[in-house]
Amino acid sequence: MPDTRHEPIKVGIGTPLSRVDGVDKVTGQAHYAAEYAVPDVLYGVIVSGRIAKGRITAIADGAARAVPGVVEVLTHMNRPSEAWRDSKWKDELAIPGDPFRALGDDRIQFSGQPVALVLAETFEAARFAASLVDVSYEEEPHNVDFDLSLAEKTLPTYKRKSFHAPKSHGDADKAYAEADLRHEGEYRLATEHHNPMEMHASTVHWHGDGTITVYDKCQGAQGVQSYIASAFGFRQEDVQVINAYVGGAFGSGLRPQYQVQLAVLAAKKLERSVRVVMTRQQMFTHAHRPQAIYSIKLGAERTGKLTSMINDATTSTSRFENNMEDVVTWGMINYACPNMSGAYTVAPRDTYTSADMRAPGAATGMTLFEIAMDEMAYKAKVDPLEFRQINYSDIDAMNRQPFTSKALREAYREGAAAFGWDRRSFEPRSMRDGRELIGWGVATGVWDAQFSKTSARATLTADGHLEVASATADIGTGTYTVMTLVAADTLGIAPERITSRLGDSRLPTAPVEGGSWAAASTGAAVQVACRAVGEKLLKAAAKVEGQPLAAASSVDDLTFADGRMALKSEPGRSVAITEVMQAATIDRIEVEETASTGLSGLVSQARKSRKTHSAVFVEVRVDEELGQVRVTRVVSAIAAGRIINPKTARSQILGGVVMGIGMALHEETLADLRLGRWMNHNYAEYHIPAHADVQDIEVIFVDEPDPEVTPLGVKGLGEIGIISVAGAIANAIFHATGQRHRSLPITIDKLIA
Amino acid sequence: MIRFDYARPTDLAEALREGAGEEVAYLAGGTNLVDLLKENVARPTRVVDIARLPLTGIEDTAQGGLRLGALATNTETAYDQRVQARYPLLSSALLAGATAQLRNAATNGGNINQRTRCYYFYDVATPCNKREPGQGCAAIGGVSRIHAILGTSHQCIATHPSDMAVALAALKAEVRVTGPGGDRVIAFADYHRLPGDEPWRDTTLEPGELVTAIDLPPESFPTNFTYLKLRERLSYAFALVSVAVAMRLEGERIAEVRIALGGVAHKPWRRPEAEDLLRGQEPGREAFGAAADALLEGARGQGGNDFKVPMARKAILRALEQATAGTPQSQTDKRIA
Ligand SMILES: Cc1cc2nc3c(=O)[nH]c(=O)nc-3n(C[C@H](O)[C@H](O)[C@H](O)COP(=O)(O)OP(=O)(O)OC[C@H]3O[C@@H](n4cnc5c(N)ncnc54)[C@H](O)[C@@H]3O)c2cc1C
Ligand code: SF4
Repeated sequence: MPDTRHEPIKVGIGTPLSRVDGVDKVTGQAHYAAEYAVPDVLYGVIVSGRIAKGRITAIADGAARAVPGVVEVLTHMNRPSEAWRDSKWKDELAIPGDPFRALGDDRIQFSGQPVALVLAETFEAARFAASLVDVSYEEEPHNVDFDLSLAEKTLPTYKRKSFHAPKSHGDADKAYAEADLRHEGEYRLATEHHNPMEMHASTVHWHGDGTITVYDKCQGAQGVQSYIASAFGFRQEDVQVINAYVGGAFGSGLRPQYQVQLAVLAAKKLERSVRVVMTRQQMFTHAHRPQAIYSIKLGAERTGKLTSMINDATTSTSRFENNMEDVVTWGMINYACPNMSGAYTVAPRDTYTSADMRAPGAATGMTLFEIAMDEMAYKAKVDPLEFRQINYSDIDAMNRQPFTSKALREAYREGAAAFGWDRRSFEPRSMRDGRELIGWGVATGVWDAQFSKTSARATLTADGHLEVASATADIGTGTYTVMTLVAADTLGIAPERITSRLGDSRLPTAPVEGGSWAAASTGAAVQVACRAVGEKLLKAAAKVEGQPLAAASSVDDLTFADGRMALKSEPGRSVAITEVMQAATIDRIEVEETASTGLSGLVSQARKSRKTHSAVFVEVRVDEELGQVRVTRVVSAIAAGRIINPKTARSQILGGVVMGIGMALHEETLADLRLGRWMNHNYAEYHIPAHADVQDIEVIFVDEPDPEVTPLGVKGLGEIGIISVAGAIANAIFHATGQRHRSLPITIDKLIA
Repeated sequence: MIRFDYARPTDLAEALREGAGEEVAYLAGGTNLVDLLKENVARPTRVVDIARLPLTGIEDTAQGGLRLGALATNTETAYDQRVQARYPLLSSALLAGATAQLRNAATNGGNINQRTRCYYFYDVATPCNKREPGQGCAAIGGVSRIHAILGTSHQCIATHPSDMAVALAALKAEVRVTGPGGDRVIAFADYHRLPGDEPWRDTTLEPGELVTAIDLPPESFPTNFTYLKLRERLSYAFALVSVAVAMRLEGERIAEVRIALGGVAHKPWRRPEAEDLLRGQEPGREAFGAAADALLEGARGQGGNDFKVPMARKAILRALEQATAGTPQSQTDKRIA
């Protein structure tokens, strides 16, 4: 925290600030990808395929073309022949394999695959005509059954860039065989779909001069820009991608989705502007969290000290790409254990490729691992929280590296105190209120604290207004507000006088928003850019009469607050920023800077482990006879370094907890195995928590100063909130009922059994 | 979505004229029909919007019951003071359904005529006899989590999704309809059908017929009743199993009782034989168990919904207990009483 004692008004890092884009959002002034008014736009409606695997033998589009207003029915047969080599179709985050190409050829690789795009002058005509397109297929045998796909599980030769192979230590099998206490269990997670509120949509504005502007629902404008340029033969500078507002994504917008492929294909063919919006049903035809199976063996001494951990997990992928996640590493990183091993494979199904979904890998692996930990705690007859403390590791136990910081102990302590954990009775089924059994569960979360090289531009004008800009995204996470706060903090300018801009590929370079790195990275970029503005102001201050700041040799000698800059050593000597600009007759100061890890950062990255942590405490009440579970209380204590905006930070964790409740009790995409098709593809039958399912949630941020982890000491919060919430709920259900559930979600039918 | 003609008549006679024919759909609140149009499930050539017909309002009947207008909304009905005081079972069932926003738009006529939520029915890429006679039923042997355990046929295993209808069945309501063949009154038990060999017919309404009102008989069960709904989350989900109980106690004994189940069949499931077992009996788990067994006799899962059989039994027992104790299930507190 900056020392703010002698600064009367200063909004900055650590100030709870409401979203600066909130009013625009609730008054409809924030425009989303499908909402931009573009002249003479054609409406594209996607025709989705019926079969899971095979070939298209014919497409009868006569009836569709006869509908007044229909301009084209685009299929694999008449689409413009664009790049064919897979490398050209690879996006920034492409994974090993052949990325899906909409209308690429006659092959059908998953049910619901787009087989045609009907383009018409009105949405209604396109939609009606789309219902008339008749596609014939030659079907081939398919498999979407995860259990059957396990027969083909494999560790791909080519690894995904972000994948970390698990590291083994000691002799886990031997230690397990010799352990005093042994636990073995098989844990599962169902397929989940991201289901952001906003459907994937793209509006391509065809300017007619070889350039296009694409309004796209995505998490990284520049990634989509490069992708469009290389895949469709544009020059990079001729493609502008805008994603100023994104109505949630959770990872489904990390890679370009097929609607943007279709929209650009059509625009190119027809040389017109095109809009394509997926339906909710079509939202179930692409990215999803992989289904998972995870077998865990734990060995321990009678005291509860772990002696062996054996991890083996498999997650689902498609037949055309190998999506890989870090599933089995989290428990090995988090707990001290001399003998550990990890194995990981992927199993191909005839579905679209699974994808990163909020905390990919950890939301699956750590959550399930924490159920196994609870089982072992009960074997050892040790309080589950104490059991975790007994096995606490001060270092990253798998990578054998120190952490830049790990305030998990503090999170346990503060979370337990807020929850009242000490009043818990150990025995299952020992707490009851009338017909309801009460259970308390705990679990630990771990996630990466990441940083990505990011640039930002700061522009100060003579009227004292500051604009900060970066090509990052705000997928609802609060990036606009974080940028504003960091700028306000650095230059002491009130948030009302600051404009944050993002979500435009023409802005300074930023990576896709994901992995919880945006706040740390964009924040750092905004800070260096604003500091550079500060330096220029300091130079200009020489022109101010009486040279009040003459004693300062750099911005480090200054404080910025309330629109003024003052000497740290002599706060009385100060001058207004606008006065400096006037005295030096400067209209604007504009600087672009890049925040990167730097040499010391690289050394630190190689030598130290950087993680965020959480301790999640949950109370459930279970009507055992009728299988009804209520999650009545959650305390989530988070150790995530420095918190830029406590208000949006809390919202991130609340959202993560709610999503965790869904993972525990509701979310599950159901497949018809014969048809190879997801069946509950709508919001009425794919359940996420409703208001009634969400009761008290308390969020605690524990103090965790960490100047080393990232330039601002920020670790990021987008994902840690979901991790292990479902584990804590499963553990609480065990405590309440004595029933151990190892397969998520724990739906009412499993409880009533 | 297909193209259709649209009419918005202001009187009944005109509505019936417009509504004549096979491919016509009446549009009330639209919360179900519009979804079905968008998914290409409903493909009428003409949509007759009945929102302007004088079928609103709730009135006392000469017999001492209540007449619920077909176009009175679910919200108006649930919060009507007479409904709340005299037919709290109906109010409770309505409030257990959907969300406040949907109930504000949904009408009573639309509610009892809403279509099944079977996944396959909603997905035109899959075969469904209810949507396209003769295509086959993909739900049999498929994802059958939300499907029926009673009264199924080889052609269809769908359930009727309405909560309101379950309460109306227990209350022995009557459905007033008008149509090309004149006016008629249909006992609630005869209003919805089992799928049999004609799964595309949900009700006994004839083409062109319109529901004008639902009549509630004088006997209203204001004290011993409950609507217990079990579902995938605590609110805003259709019933996996629901139980409406309407009971009248005289002294220590059950003088009258009705039990209707939702989520288990193509229609609200009642069996007077099961209720007969309780009439004249003292309430208790044993008697309740016998009634539950009679009500569920022949119940059979389809694989994915096998859990519904024990779930229904437990829910019936609990609902009967709630009704006996006069502690009905609250629809605001999500804790089961
Ligand atoms: C997400 C979601 C969740 C829901 N959850 C629940 C729930 O938990 N429980 C529940 O009970 N319901 C639930 N519903 C369904 C809701 O109650 C119905 O959609 C609503 O009651 C239908 O009424 P409406 O007036 O909108 O009917 P419309 O959509 O206008 O019509 C529905 C059908 O009834 C026919 N119809 C309408 N009026 C008449 C009439 N007077 N005579 C003859 N036919 C007529 C129409 O032709 C159409 O076929 C849910 C709906 C949605 C969308
Ligand atoms: S159960 Fe009925 S509604 Fe569902 S697919 Fe079968 S026929 Fe269609």
